[in-house]
Amino acid sequence: MDLVDDIRRGEVRAIARAISLIEDLEPEAELLADSLFPHTGRALILGVTGSPGAGKSTLVDRLITLERRSGHKVAVIAIDPSSPFSGGAVLGDRLRMQEHATDPGVFIRSMASRGFLGGVAAATGDVLKVLDAAGYDTIFIETIGVGQTEVKIVELSDIVLLVLMPGMGDEIQAMKAGVMEIGDIFIINKKDMPGADKLLMEVEYVLSFKNPGEDTVTNPIVMTSATNGEGIGLLREAIAAHRTEIARSGKLEQKRRFRLERELMGVLNRKIHQLMDVHIEVSKQLPDWADTLYRRKACPYALINKQIQNFLKEGRGDRTN
Amino acid sequence: MPSKKTRILIAKPGLDGHDRGAKFIARTLRDEGYEVIYTGIRQTPEAIVQTAIQEDVDFVGLSLLSGAHNELFPRVVDLLKENGAEDIKVIGGGIIPEEDIPLLKEKGVQAVFGPGTSTEQIVEFIEHGSGR
Repeated sequence: MDLVDDIRRGEVRAIARAISLIEDLEPEAELLADSLFPHTGRALILGVTGSPGAGKSTLVDRLITLERRSGHKVAVIAIDPSSPFSGGAVLGDRLRMQEHATDPGVFIRSMASRGFLGGVAAATGDVLKVLDAAGYDTIFIETIGVGQTEVKIVELSDIVLLVLMPGMGDEIQAMKAGVMEIGDIFIINKKDMPGADKLLMEVEYVLSFKNPGEDTVTNPIVMTSATNGEGIGLLREAIAAHRTEIARSGKLEQKRRFRLERELMGVLNRKIHQLMDVHIEVSKQLPDWADTLYRRKACPYALINKQIQNFLKEGRGDRTN
Repeated sequence: MPSKKTRILIAKPGLDGHDRGAKFIARTLRDEGYEVIYTGIRQTPEAIVQTAIQEDVDFVGLSLLSGAHNELFPRVVDLLKENGAEDIKVIGGGIIPEEDIPLLKEKGVQAVFGPGTSTEQIVEFIEHGSGR
């Protein structure tokens, strides 16, 4: 594929087009992703997550500057939600990163979630392959502003940066499972705002609950003020140190293997969905099925079990032909 | 199943800071189902063109109220061409005097939508390339 060569040469237009092919689920997207796969695994993938307004984009903007100073090529995937009503989206994350727009060593791409839950877009994993194969050393994935369940970012990144800010709720919020559990590095941004020190204490307190031995890797906490550029150098050092630590302890490899498992499960689930849709026309039949349920002529589990049995029988028939 | 989404960059070149119109258009287009990338005020034509290419947009909508449209709009068109991205269509909006429109179109701006344009007109242009 010519496109693969162009991507590997780092041609921006090719990279951008490939991402669109993948996002739009074009027929050639699968082959493209597989052709790129052997050339991936080099980039450091940093997930950046946190509440809306916590300062994720501004932090990424500042980190890009430092990465560039070390001569690294940087890519950013910035995800914003699609409207559930129109399917459209306003993607505004890169507004805070525009000073890098004309730097040839920086590639920024806004993505709409397109109905996918979990804080990222369904195509994010394959888009990562494009950027990794294109030779970007560091790739940031900025999730949509998350609540407490948008934890898919763990399945995509080497290190998750969880961005918190003062005044977003008390200890109780920090105790809650979900996003608090997925952070590798905790960032208390807007450290000049009242309540920052209290938040630091709360985060330290919650992290102290980790079972000893369960996870020997320490979770750094860094206080920053992204707008003023304060603490960003410390944050970058914390990221580098953490990377070294997880590489040495084997955790990085373990994470990457886990990521591949999740990816395979994702592909399998999607394929099964597609197969079911083609063979038993789920989307088409759904209203009729709902109708029989509504009239209490069938029960949900029995109905689906019967459909699956028919599907499996047909599948066997196909093979003997 | 393929699901091609039309992507549109809304950008404000030049030095005026009046972004209400640009933000309004961004929201309106979102409500019509488009993916809109918004980059804020005071963007150079170079930044706009690199953004358009990285974001692989179908259209660039330029909003300008300062009067520099005759220089900046064609500059974006030219830079897209120089970067091999002449397939990305440039449309303009803001306060553009009627008598400037023919020149802008001659220089490659595909359409100019001034105050009072209806959403239908813009959508019609995006979908079918017609309108004003």
